[in-house]
Amino acid sequence: MNASTLPTTLESPESWQVAGPQLRTATEESTWVRWLLVGSTLTFLTLVLFVPLAAIFAEALRKGWAAYFASFNNPNFWSAVKLSFLATGISVPANLIFGVAASWAIAKFDFRGKSLLITLIDLPFAVSPVVSGLIYVLLFGMTGWLGPWLSSHNIQIIFAVPGIVLATIFVTFPFVARELIPLMQEQGSEEEQAAVSLGANGWQTFFRVTLPNVKWALLYGVILSTARAMGEFGAVSVVSGHIRGKTNTLPLHIEVLYNEYNFVAAFAVASLLTLLALVTLVLKTTLEWRIQRDLEEAAKSE
Amino acid sequence: MKSISPIVAFTLLATVAPLLAGCGSSTAASKSGSEPAGAASSKEPVTLLNVSYDPTRELYEEFNADFAKHYEEETGTPVTIEQSHGGAGKQARAVIDGLKADVVTLAIAYDIDQIAELTGLFPKDWQKRLDNNSCPYTSTIVFLVRSGNPKQIKDWDDLVKDGVEVITPNPKTSGGARYNYLGAWGYALKKFGNDEQKARDFVKKLYENVPVLGSGARDSTTTFVQREQGDVLITWENEALLALKELGPEKFEIVTPSVSILAEPPVTVVDKNAAAHGAQEAAVAYLKYLYSPAGQRLAAKHFYRPSLKEHAAPEDLERFKEIELFNVDEVFGGWPEAQAKHFNDGGLFDVIQEEIASSK
Amino acid sequence: MSKNFAKRQVLPGFGITMGYTVTYLSLIVLVPLAALFLKSAGLGVADFWKAVSSPRVVASYKLTFGASLVAATINAIFGFVVAWTLVRYKFPGKRIIDAMIDLPFALPTAVSGIALTAVYSSHGWFGQYLEPLGIKVAYTPIGITLALVFIGLPFVVRTLQPALADLERESEEAAASLGANRFQTFTRVILPTILPALLTGFALSLARAIGEYGSVVFISGNMPMRTEITSLLIISKLEQYDTAGAAAISVVMLIASFGLLLSINLLQHLAGRRYQGAL
Repeated sequence: MNASTLPTTLESPESWQVAGPQLRTATEESTWVRWLLVGSTLTFLTLVLFVPLAAIFAEALRKGWAAYFASFNNPNFWSAVKLSFLATGISVPANLIFGVAASWAIAKFDFRGKSLLITLIDLPFAVSPVVSGLIYVLLFGMTGWLGPWLSSHNIQIIFAVPGIVLATIFVTFPFVARELIPLMQEQGSEEEQAAVSLGANGWQTFFRVTLPNVKWALLYGVILSTARAMGEFGAVSVVSGHIRGKTNTLPLHIEVLYNEYNFVAAFAVASLLTLLALVTLVLKTTLEWRIQRDLEEAAKSE
Repeated sequence: MKSISPIVAFTLLATVAPLLAGCGSSTAASKSGSEPAGAASSKEPVTLLNVSYDPTRELYEEFNADFAKHYEEETGTPVTIEQSHGGAGKQARAVIDGLKADVVTLAIAYDIDQIAELTGLFPKDWQKRLDNNSCPYTSTIVFLVRSGNPKQIKDWDDLVKDGVEVITPNPKTSGGARYNYLGAWGYALKKFGNDEQKARDFVKKLYENVPVLGSGARDSTTTFVQREQGDVLITWENEALLALKELGPEKFEIVTPSVSILAEPPVTVVDKNAAAHGAQEAAVAYLKYLYSPAGQRLAAKHFYRPSLKEHAAPEDLERFKEIELFNVDEVFGGWPEAQAKHFNDGGLFDVIQEEIASSK
Repeated sequence: MSKNFAKRQVLPGFGITMGYTVTYLSLIVLVPLAALFLKSAGLGVADFWKAVSSPRVVASYKLTFGASLVAATINAIFGFVVAWTLVRYKFPGKRIIDAMIDLPFALPTAVSGIALTAVYSSHGWFGQYLEPLGIKVAYTPIGITLALVFIGLPFVVRTLQPALADLERESEEAAASLGANRFQTFTRVILPTILPALLTGFALSLARAIGEYGSVVFISGNMPMRTEITSLLIISKLEQYDTAGAAAISVVMLIASFGLLLSINLLQHLAGRRYQGAL
């Protein structure tokens, strides 16, 4: 396993500490430069990241904890939770399977047009959420291609759960594939070829050889997809129809609350999503520690 | 490759699973309503979807509960009303694209006209089907200012003064904002003896004082009250009264201009959608109930001017100041004309914005 | 896709995985996008051109691309500093800060927009001190840029972290032993090595910023010609029942995003690898 491809923050040796020993080698910055860099990092992050996040919690707790918790005592909130979990629960596994298939085809084989294919897979990442929603309206809407046919068969895609699921799949489309492809490319296919020549079939090769090598990247991709799926606002907003208690996801429920002057509840739900994301991300960091530890152990045993 | 068939099955399943899951849930959802039209008179439960604009949230929350109770008592049919709110343009767009609204209750007739025109879900003369041009309640445009009225805003003239910041939504996307714009225009026409050029300059000066254009009425209200932007908010009377109630009468004051525009938010049944799941009868009853004494009382309670005053509580009626009102038909020749002249792409609003941008 | 895969045919599963990839990609992404192209094609060349080149639309391109460029540049500079600090130094709270870098990616964009506006509008925590200095952030292009910095930050940091961790200290030591000072080592050894990663991060942050909608509409004044971004203009066209016009502008945006992504992938191809953790 190649350490360089891992999404890790390598733990630095003691000598790189900010307030490190006075002696420094030629590959370190002077103490004041280090302090300057750490200082500007913290200032920059405070200005653009920490304070806006703190504002969410401050607004949520403006009327105290009782009001904060009262925000969750609402049937529309719970139906939004259910819908968000449903959309995430369908879109993440769907994209997981896609990501594995795509990375196998792209990383283990050579063919023309690979860069184009990768770019197309990346495309949903750069498409404006507004456009992501619009394309499904154009496809499934009454004025769109399939709308009249679907309607005559009593199938509702947009302004119903399927549209929300599709939009969520679209916006989380590239993340698993994008985590896997570079790693699997780097690893090459020698191990798999050896397995096949020893008589393993495709499934066995994948589960016994490939998967153990990419499991952390796979999990990271799933974590990113989940976080994004729970938080998507723009694309889902276009296809939702905003029927309360029915087609509102958590981010849309926040918008409803905000528009009803229920600012405390809006920020309370937002803070919940923030906490959820934070837990997920701490999970990810823990994951990285484990990769790091595995790597170090592997290095020692070599 | 012996293992290909399970893979095929698996991958196919993965591709269609989301669609299947979705179709399953939607057919299940529409099942309850897919009975033939006559079934509504039996005791089968009915679901209505009311697609409305932003400021009616509080009104319909109470009205829906009241109507459901009344309708079940009258007919024995339990009815559930689902609500969707958003900017009027966005909501009409959604209905055109296939949101299965049974009734639409939007800010201006123009948006409902567009639905009739583009979908044929109900007749184009829908506005004749209910009393008072299908407007069970009306409203007007007033100003909301901060407590003590620090900038001494009394009338439309004060909005064009230097140093006054005005908050109003974007008339391209908000029905309320179109009333705001036309209100200012109509006032200026009256003041300058129907001089179009002077009216245009007046409106341009007003929009020079606008630092933020919200996407809808609610968006602008939160900008004004929550983000504390601007000196005056031009808004629906009902929205201003509600903001006063929700956010503290000690913080804001309502200023009623000398003359303003009559806002007529109409309602209609989306016939084909309602008929498709046997809700036609309930949908018609729903809108008729808006005109009933109970409906009128609720409209007045939630700060809309009732079309039948006698049904409203006197203390609710007291909140509506006497004001000289003009309507879109008499001053602007109706919505289609006003829309084409002022709000369509390349219309006067665009031209004014371009002039303001190039002068800044 | 081409079937020119003679090289590694030993491994099974190319046909099925490739078939699945292309099918799924087509169903979820390509067919819906084709609907967009077809809808705008209905306009005809002249009307298409008119829809995508009216002064108001052009002003929105300038704002969107301009603010995105500035935001991506700020992110490239500060994202580098952040990544460097997180990779090379130890300080209290480092792990939690590292975890928080991804939050802008996970938060609903509307929440980010509301939170930023709350802090930077004229009565907000910071805004009240900036306003007397004559700096208006919320409802101006500065606010739009701020929102784009917020949402783009994770991409630069996450692309740079592995590249920085990967740097071989031997070459830095070699440079130092040859008499280079720290600054020279940085500009001559470190920077060229991480440049592909830095450019990738910059381009990803730019690509994300160009399409951003949710966070920007809250902090932008949304004034036509001045603070109206292209995504908002698409929404505004839709709400005026001009679907074809909205589709036309979307196509322009889409081509820009596609071009940007393609250049990232070619860049990475040239650099010999794709940076993982970038998304």
